[in-house]
Order: sequence, then C-alpha cells, then structure tokens
Amino acid sequence: MTAIPDPDTVWAHDLVEIPADRSWWAKHRSTVLVVMCRLVVLAVALIAWQLMSGPVVDRTLVSSPTQVWHQLVTWSADGTLWRNTWITIKEVALGYVFGAVTGAVAGFLITSAALLARVLDPFIMGLYSIPKVALAPLFIVWFGIGLEMKVVLAAATVFFLVFINTAHGVREIDPALLDAARLMGANRRDLLFKVTLPGSMSGVITGLRVSVPYALIGAVIGELVASNQGLGYLINNSASEFDTAGVFAALIVLSVIAAILNQGVTLLSHRSSRWKPLPGNE
Amino acid sequence: MTVPVLQTRELGKSFLKDDRYIVALRRFDLAVEQGSFVCVLGRSGCGKSTLLNLMAGLTRPSEGDIRYRGSPITRPNPAVGYLTQSDTLMPWRDVRRNVEMPLEIRGTPGADRHARADVLIDQVGLHGFGQHYPRELSGGMRRRASLARMLAGEPDTLLLDEPFAALDAHLRAEMQRLLLALWDGSGRTVVFVTHDIDEALVLSDRVVLLGPLGRILADLAVGLPRPRDVDDLRGDPQFVALRKRLSAALKDAAHDRDS
Repeated sequence: MTAIPDPDTVWAHDLVEIPADRSWWAKHRSTVLVVMCRLVVLAVALIAWQLMSGPVVDRTLVSSPTQVWHQLVTWSADGTLWRNTWITIKEVALGYVFGAVTGAVAGFLITSAALLARVLDPFIMGLYSIPKVALAPLFIVWFGIGLEMKVVLAAATVFFLVFINTAHGVREIDPALLDAARLMGANRRDLLFKVTLPGSMSGVITGLRVSVPYALIGAVIGELVASNQGLGYLINNSASEFDTAGVFAALIVLSVIAAILNQGVTLLSHRSSRWKPLPGNE
Repeated sequence: MTVPVLQTRELGKSFLKDDRYIVALRRFDLAVEQGSFVCVLGRSGCGKSTLLNLMAGLTRPSEGDIRYRGSPITRPNPAVGYLTQSDTLMPWRDVRRNVEMPLEIRGTPGADRHARADVLIDQVGLHGFGQHYPRELSGGMRRRASLARMLAGEPDTLLLDEPFAALDAHLRAEMQRLLLALWDGSGRTVVFVTHDIDEALVLSDRVVLLGPLGRILADLAVGLPRPRDVDDLRGDPQFVALRKRLSAALKDAAHDRDS
C-alpha cells in the first residue's frame, strides 16, 4: 500500500503516512560507521598500551593487555572470577531491588501527606546529601563486613534517587487530569490507579534508570572498604600485591557489568516511553 | 414551572492570594433551562472559567449558592461533562482507552466499553485513530477525542470552556459543526463559554454577556432557525443585528471599566 492518499478524502488535519522505501544500508549507514570507528579506537588503545608497556612506562605500574588477558584466563579457569563476580552481582541486585521498592513506596506515601512532606523535606535532603561512602563505617558496625553491609550501602543510594524522582513525578501530575477523573465520578482508589500511578510512572522510571549505576557503585565501594570477596575485594587484594594485571582484569569485568546494566536500562526505558506528556498546553 | 438545570443565586467566588482576596465573581444570578444551548460571552478575566468550575463542582462558592436540578452542588458532578480549554486526555492512554475511561470508572463491562468507544470515535471523525496516543495527534484531533470522552460519560449537561479557541478558523468552524450535530436532538443542556461573538451566535439559543466580576451586561435570545449552517449564517440580517448589539455592549463595558 504505497499509494499516496487522495487529498480529497483526507482532512486537512489528518496525519498522512507514506511508507519510506529505504535500503538496509541507507537506514543503518551511520550506525555501522560509528560501530566501526569504535572498534578502531579500541584497537588503537590496546596496541598503544601493549607497545608502551615496558619501553615507555614501568610494566609493574600499567601491566599490559596480554598480561591482563592471561590473568583473566587464569581466574576464569580456577573459578575466582565467577565466584567474585557472582557475589558482586548479587549485592548489586539485592541492593537495587531493596532500595527501589522502598524508595518508590515511600515516594508515593509522602506525597499523599503534604504536611508531612513539608516537615520532613530538609531532613530527607540532608540524608540524601551525605556521601554514601561516609556511611560505610557505620554500616560495618551495624551489619558486619559480609554481604548485608554492601546490600545496605547500595540500597541507601538507590532509595534516595528513586524516592526523590517518584515524589517529583507525583507532584508533576497536572491537577486538571485529576479534576477530569473526578468529573467522571472517580473515587480515591480510581484516582490513585488511573491517574496518580500511571501519571508518575515517568518519574519512577527516571529514578529506576539513574539509580542502576549507583547500585553498582555502592556495592563496590562497600567491597573496597571492607570485604573478603567480590570484585572490589579482588581489586584491593591485587593492588596490595602490586599485581596491576589483576587490578585491570577486575576493572574490565566491572565495566562489562556496568555496560550490560546500562544497556538493559536503556532498552527498558525505550519500551516504556511510547507516550510522553502532552506538548505544552495553552 | 420546571426546575432549571443550573441555577445560581447571589453567587460569589474569591481566591486568597497572599494577604488579599481576589474577587472573580460577585452576586451572580443565572438560571439555565433544560435542553437549552447557552453561550456565556465575555472578555478574558470576567470570571467565565470560574463560573464553569463552580458549575462542575470542582470549586466551592465563597458566597451565595449554586444548584444542579435544585440540589446544591457540593462535589464534582459526574452528571456534567466538562471540556476545558487545555487538553486533559490521559497521555498514557491511547484514544480508545481515553474514551473508555468514564465507562471504566462506572464499571461498564469490557466488551460493552469497547463497542461504545468505537461508536463514539467514529462519531467524532477519528475512525482508525483508536490506537494513537494523544501526543501523536494534532490539536484538532485531540479536541475530537476529548469530545468523544466527554460524551462517553453520557452527561446530561455539557460545560465547554473556550474549547476551540486554540484551533485555526477553518478547524474551529468544523468543530462547531460537529458539536451542533452531536447536540441537535440530544436534549442535552449546554453551557458554552467563549470570547468570540460569532461563535456564540452561531451555536446558541441564548447569549449571556458578562462584564467584569461576572456582571451580566446583556441576556439575549438568539432566535436563528435550526439546524444552522455555520457558513450561511454570517450573512443573515438577524445575525448581523445581534452581532452589532453584542459588540456595542462589549465596547461599552470596556469603556466603563477604563473611565
């Protein structure tokens, strides 16, 4: 159906859509170029690293791509890599879910009590502003140096980000939408489920999205401060033995995890963003 | 004598701003009869929107009282449909689910809801756009969708607050035609707020001209025959005469206020 609609049968304000016939190359050309350039940048960086390591910079300081690769292979073979990665992922996931759920619930609750929100606002902002690393020693006293302390540290950051964004999302709902629903005869429950929840979803999703990397940061910082397992521990331990290849190997695994998390979040937010708030109402 | 659908007595409304009350409406008396199409005409800032908000039950009067079919309006009244100047479609629902929303709240079963929504969507000329989200539609199409949603609630009374003000002239005429077609023979009461004299005369049985603070400057019956053709009407001598009167009254009011 590529025929252009007859102008007499469409209204002036109808949206006329005509399929665009483009070849695969025309559609994806710029994407392919960008990906290729990225591969080139990566290759150049690795080669430069390999060549400079030794002749230019002390190898014990910067290691080299081949050494790092050997380290990864060794750790992978003896299970060190998987065990510690799994621990870190578990901390991140638990901390994220814990912080996100409590943050979203608290965000909805506080906005339904306007006075309470005003009273608590400076306290919440005060707690939010504390660098979460500074809480690590306290959490060690409370929860020990095991998994729990990392989960709590990750959750503490995620909580505030989700909480603040959720509360913001609820406050940003156009009161005219609530009025419109009231005139349809909506009761409090209808208002909550048909206007407030869906209307604040973009805020909640923003909170969920921006807090993902912070869950990882929280968990790794917890591991760096005090632990005997996890990728943060691996970094600390390798560094204390002047094993820079080990440090880089662990860092690479961390950045792969971070990249996967970010990619997942991007995919999710694309799927949920078909609607957006209406363009500026007069 | 029958009870008016909407009746105000000594109605007053003021808003607290800092240490002062801003008066929007003062000692306002109006009765709207069942089945009539009343246009409330006035310049901006004469309390027109305040009046509609009171009629819808979204705000309480500061003084006097306002009644719907004889009983005081104390909360949002689902028997009225309210089309505001800005769009209040739920942006996260597509057109069809927006139109279904009043039925959903009322507890109409799913299949029934779909069927009714489809009929209404066709009636307002949005056939094939049921799956589109509001942001994917033009301004005129969003107005159509809003109209369909309002009608889905099967209101007895329609309140419209400059509903077509943001549209271009051509589209506005088209929407006026659609509104008249939907209203004719429905028996519904309409209160239509506008600042456009032509629009008021084309649509209504009665024009209430408001001055500052909701003072009624003129209350005219519009005896133009129905069904009306929006385009032919402009040359009608009766239309021209009414237009002249209203426009003079509006000018006088402006003059009074300035002097």
